[in-house]
Amino acid sequence: MKAAVIVFPGSNCDRDMAVAIEKVGGTKPTMVWHGDSDLPDVDLIALPGGFSYGDYLRTGAIAAKSPIMDAVIKAAADGRHVLGVCNGFQMLTETGILPGALLRNAGLDYICRDVELVVEDSGTPFTLGYQGGETIRVPVAHHDGNYFASEDTLDRLEGEGQIVFRYGEAVNGSQRNIAGIRNRRGNVLGMMPHPERLIETELGGVDGRPLFEGLAKTLG
Amino acid sequence: MKAQIFVTLKTGVLDPQGKAVHHALGALGFDEAQDVRQGKFIEMELADGTPKARIEEMCEKLLANTVIENYEVRILDGET
Repeated sequence: MKAAVIVFPGSNCDRDMAVAIEKVGGTKPTMVWHGDSDLPDVDLIALPGGFSYGDYLRTGAIAAKSPIMDAVIKAAADGRHVLGVCNGFQMLTETGILPGALLRNAGLDYICRDVELVVEDSGTPFTLGYQGGETIRVPVAHHDGNYFASEDTLDRLEGEGQIVFRYGEAVNGSQRNIAGIRNRRGNVLGMMPHPERLIETELGGVDGRPLFEGLAKTLG
Repeated sequence: MKAQIFVTLKTGVLDPQGKAVHHALGALGFDEAQDVRQGKFIEMELADGTPKARIEEMCEKLLANTVIENYEVRILDGET
């Protein structure tokens, strides 16, 4: 699996993401600076968590206009796989690759804890390693994870099976407890929880590992 | 020339920050405050003669997220 991790000023989960990809997929990903305009030839592009540009203006808003993002948008349109976690998910909505927006958590608190996630769809390349309907435990660490979209968009997401992960409980005010969605084609996944933090027992569990195993299986 | 840009949350989008501010005002005895919505105010210095459409393009592309926000551009002609 050839992969790239995009690094923005203020990213802080880029190295965890790189370690997860390498440990599970076997190949070290290329770290790509946000100011570059070309992507290497890769099958997977990861947009990591963190606080790109200090979350100024809106979370992910300035990163979404970084030079590299034109290449990411094009790669997504070409069918390359894109995984956005936390701040990466916020960037994906800001670019419009994924619908909706992530608002300030309903309780206004920064939430940093393990949450239960239900794998709604195990048929995506990102979730092949899970059982459909399975509940896993993955940490969230965000201030702006409250997923919002219009009722029409939400109905469409439900109807087309684009809701991939749902919180097992109300966590941050997200509509319909949405924790992660995919695009219509299925090659782009955005999620607030951090699977890259749970790939080794020593680090608290391995519930995030199947996500990377599924990608490795799909992308070789 | 100068422009003022007001970015506000669309109706129907929950505003927990506005709610918290409203609550705090109530606690201070400002019972007149009936509802609070929090937004952003951006002031911009522009090249003279910049068309409003150009500023609106800035709003569409970066300053506002039109999924959740509305924006309003006011151009201040006379410098103060």
